[in-house]
Amino acid sequence: MALKGNLQDFSATQLLHLINLARKTGTLAVETPQDQARFCFREGKLIYASLDGQDDRLVSILQRAGKITEELARTIRARSDIKDDRELGVLLSNAGYVTQKDILDSVRNYVLEVVYKLFTWPEGTFRFEPNVLPVEGRITVSIDLENVIMEGSRRLREWERLQEELPNLDMALRFTDRPDARLRTINLTVEEWRVVSFINPRNTIRQIAQYNHMSDFQIRRIVYGLLQAGLVELVPPEGAEVKPPPGVPAPVGVPPIQRRPAVKRSIVQRLIDRIREL
Amino acid sequence: MQIVKMVVTGPFAAGKTQFIRSISEIDVVATEAKISRPEERIKEETTVAMDFGRITVDDDLVLYLFGTPGQRRFEFMWEILSEGMLGFVVVVDSTRPETFREARLILDTFRTYAPTPYVVAANKQDMEDAWSPEDLRIALRIDPAVKVLPCVATDKESVKNVLLELLYSILETMDGEGE
Repeated sequence: MALKGNLQDFSATQLLHLINLARKTGTLAVETPQDQARFCFREGKLIYASLDGQDDRLVSILQRAGKITEELARTIRARSDIKDDRELGVLLSNAGYVTQKDILDSVRNYVLEVVYKLFTWPEGTFRFEPNVLPVEGRITVSIDLENVIMEGSRRLREWERLQEELPNLDMALRFTDRPDARLRTINLTVEEWRVVSFINPRNTIRQIAQYNHMSDFQIRRIVYGLLQAGLVELVPPEGAEVKPPPGVPAPVGVPPIQRRPAVKRSIVQRLIDRIREL
Repeated sequence: MQIVKMVVTGPFAAGKTQFIRSISEIDVVATEAKISRPEERIKEETTVAMDFGRITVDDDLVLYLFGTPGQRRFEFMWEILSEGMLGFVVVVDSTRPETFREARLILDTFRTYAPTPYVVAANKQDMEDAWSPEDLRIALRIDPAVKVLPCVATDKESVKNVLLELLYSILETMDGEGE
């Protein structure tokens, strides 16, 4: 018999706790007004997760994790004979593109990222179907739910704080005019760097996140850090619609973002005039 | 507001941070860390994340100058930085021929990121043992069409000249492409 309910009445923490204690096997489907996700469990352990609207095939997971190039991913997707993720994993591993550890780590991180999202959903309906397991051919992992519950609860608290500090992802960012002296000792991570490279009053925080395949949680955490460091400040986005440069396609479903300003001759001339004056 | 970005790159301790500092209207955001490798002890601190400076043209136009970390272990940041750049400057310490090979590698790497115009700044030309820009051109195998410019990164006028020459090269490229 399916287990059904609402996250308002029975929270994600309680739900996972139940699945863990009862060592349940099956699939939990959760639906909110914005998102849909599926979580698969075997004997109380999380083995797979997928988020509706996000490609959960191995090729996409590896590409998002930076383990394979966009070009290689394109080549793989073009090959209609590879349908099975396990088969693809063996092929990539044998060809030396990735290691088995790369594959398992990437899938594990993807699954964790999806399940941590669940903790940030205050409402939504859920349904647990016993003995239903992931789509045939997907690579599964085995994750203890105790740690997931602890980390998810910690993230929930952080999420609530970040929501409070940075409620609107449709704001844009710009570098501060007078950066604080503390910045001289700051180190940026690769992810922070990716955000920094897109800072421009024309790009909203949401667009930057989408372009870099970051979750709301990740982008909020990074932007909050940059704001706290005094490196950037929030500004209302400039209205002009912007487009990616030629040859840089925007990901499907992602609003256009400015990676390279469309610079005209007159702009360069103005720069020349200004530098001559200095 | 339109933001235009230029990248200042070059080997470790070539003078990139100083270059940006000499021309920027704001305090350069330099993110320096203590040196960890013995061969990098030529200066006490090195850039590990980024420098950036700013030149405001008017209310609608701002030029950002981004400096790259000089060490190859931070190479992953170079590509991120190069996104959207209008052009780049390769700063080379003209007194340290042991860094020329590295300069060439950096130059080649940046050229693969984006086919944007660039110039080479032959820095520390005020030092007695500095190689001349023309000798540097040969040593670095720089195409005759690319400018190799004398530079003293501590001197604002010298830095201005390098940036102006880069902008002239950008204009020439635009003219060649019909904008």
